[in-house]
Amino acid sequence: MGLLDKKFENSNIVITSLEGVMNWARLCSLWQMSFGLACCAIEMMAASASHFDIMRFGVIPRPSPRQCDVMIVAGTVTLKMATRIKRLYEQMAERRYVLSMGSCSNCGGPYWNYGYHVLKGVDRVIPVDVYIPGCPPRPEALLEGLMKLQEKVRSESLVQEKAA
Amino acid sequence: MALEPKEIYEKLHAAFPDISIEFDETVPCILVEPMKWKTVALFLRDADDLKFDSLMCLSGVDTADGNLVSVCHLDSMVHRHKLTVKCIVPAEEPKVESVERVWRTADWHEREAYDLIGIEYVGHRDLRRILMPYDWTGHPLRKDYEVPEFYNGIKVPY
Amino acid sequence: MLDNTLTTREEIRDLGLRTEEMVLNMGPQHPSTHGVLRLELVLEGEIIRKVIPHIGYLHRCFEKHAENESYTQVIPYTDRLDYLASINNNHGYALGIERLMGIEVPERVEFIRVIMAELQRIASHLVAIGTYGMDIGAFTPFLYCFRDREHILDVFEKTCGARLLYNYIWIGGVSHDVYPDFVKDVADIVKILRPTIKELNDLLNYNKIFIDRTANIGILPADVAINFGCTGPMLRGSGVDFDLRRDDPYSIYDRFEWEVQVGKGEMGTVGDCWDRHMVRVWEMEESCKIIEQALESFPEGDVQSAIPRRVRPPKGEIYVRVENPRGELGYYIISDGTGTPFRVKGRAPGFSNLSVINEISKGYMVADVVAILGSIDIVLGEIDR
Ligand code: SF4
Repeated sequence: MGLLDKKFENSNIVITSLEGVMNWARLCSLWQMSFGLACCAIEMMAASASHFDIMRFGVIPRPSPRQCDVMIVAGTVTLKMATRIKRLYEQMAERRYVLSMGSCSNCGGPYWNYGYHVLKGVDRVIPVDVYIPGCPPRPEALLEGLMKLQEKVRSESLVQEKAA
Repeated sequence: MALEPKEIYEKLHAAFPDISIEFDETVPCILVEPMKWKTVALFLRDADDLKFDSLMCLSGVDTADGNLVSVCHLDSMVHRHKLTVKCIVPAEEPKVESVERVWRTADWHEREAYDLIGIEYVGHRDLRRILMPYDWTGHPLRKDYEVPEFYNGIKVPY
Repeated sequence: MLDNTLTTREEIRDLGLRTEEMVLNMGPQHPSTHGVLRLELVLEGEIIRKVIPHIGYLHRCFEKHAENESYTQVIPYTDRLDYLASINNNHGYALGIERLMGIEVPERVEFIRVIMAELQRIASHLVAIGTYGMDIGAFTPFLYCFRDREHILDVFEKTCGARLLYNYIWIGGVSHDVYPDFVKDVADIVKILRPTIKELNDLLNYNKIFIDRTANIGILPADVAINFGCTGPMLRGSGVDFDLRRDDPYSIYDRFEWEVQVGKGEMGTVGDCWDRHMVRVWEMEESCKIIEQALESFPEGDVQSAIPRRVRPPKGEIYVRVENPRGELGYYIISDGTGTPFRVKGRAPGFSNLSVINEISKGYMVADVVAILGSIDIVLGEIDR
């Protein structure tokens, strides 16, 4: 948007589309549902700690699904957990996004072959927007994935149908 | 004073003449009759020169020849000696006496062995599945276990 | 704790009110359950009558994988048991196979293993302390702890390329030799850590609010702890002087001078949450001591000379145990003479530590469950395996 780069010296009026402003506001405050499941959750915690500081992207962990925009599924999803994930996803308000972090939630990861109790990919129960590969992905990779999600939000239209 | 497994076996043999207790040199370990195991366990825990006050680990094993084994690794913090005890049961009727009231560690470990291997612990107060969902069928760590195609409408294999 | 509140059943009944037990579900998705654990709390007003833990939400079939992969391929799966202490997990497993095969490990490898394991212990305790603070309501210590943990992770990363799951300790050796500046870097870390511990004491451990929330809460008597198979800081917090590194020595721990720290009930009763927490803080100091001594006599040598070409242990079985940051980590390994294990059972410290929660939270308030659970320091990856 470049809104912040420009100085507001001459006038206090900026002309843009309503959609542009709304998307800008939305992508800068993607509240995250802390959904730490396994090892990847530790990297997610590291990403929100002082070194990587995920909060500068406006990502604030919230405990309740009702207040969240993005669900970061970090870790192995088991069959016992799968139905819970689905239910929590359904509780989130619309325009919700899912970030699948780590090979486990992408496709079952190291447990793809013999894991009789591992869900082979969280996309079997909920739709995923961005996949982050790695076992575990570095915190930088999580930030990159987040930026990809922001791009997606920016290109969306609230008035028209959700971009496929 | 730390005792060797062989000495412990001799003590047990003398104390319980009517319970079948054997000694396996190779491991070394003690094989106890499954349905009399609790009496022996109490003795192991309380006798002054044995004092096995902690159960390190309890595992179920499927030996793939039609038997299931419940293996206990005992440790004495007082005398600093260790002992392995095995109860071998046939897979068709896998009943072992529970020692959950002797060492409370056994509570969850027995539930786990029941869940994954299918050994039934007689006298356990709360023998439910612990790791797998309650509505799961079968015992996954049996050697002949086959993974189901679907669980609650979710595809399981990759 | 109940003395001046009007909340026991008898008192309420005397007032002519009708009471009923209530069941409250905590988890599996709850910010303070440290992962996916569900606790069913049976309450009477605010008072806890019973806690029923439901685990298995992270059951990843470790034992099944171990039966299907070759001995060396199991090592990455051991990483993922207790993902905060991967090195310690690798260590235990490698030790078991080495004992089965009768492999002698070179001096240098032993030293590297001990230094790495102790660094890992510190890193793990830092996470435990930081998140415990967060559970109680102190956010800042979390940031401090993670800041210092990053230094340790940097060393691991420089050595073997991974930040969290290392696959570092192999059967008979380690995957990479340490880099040239290793000794200096680790010595620097120890220098950074000492002030950190002091900082943590000032900020959190001796903070009045923190003490009020944790002292005299969740008291675990020593005999109960032993009977339930609690190990590690949980057991030592109850005043039992037992540490596998000293009492069942493995590797080269018997060469170093250090002390086993036990809870003394300084702020309340022996075995309360504060004691358990402080044992971790003190243990970091002890680990620093071990690391310093190991660095002084760090030998030269080849780290891969003893790695066997083909891992095929003779028929037999073994139970090994090592001291993980959370307690006694055991592996029961059965070999049938082929290239894959016949059975590997992991005895996770958290599994037994968690099972005592019902015993120690009866009679406390709902808010105390969070304090008690945090002081157990669970990692669901190893509990569910
Ligand atoms: S992808 Fe790897 S690090 Fe992440 S949860 Fe799975 S096993 Fe753990």
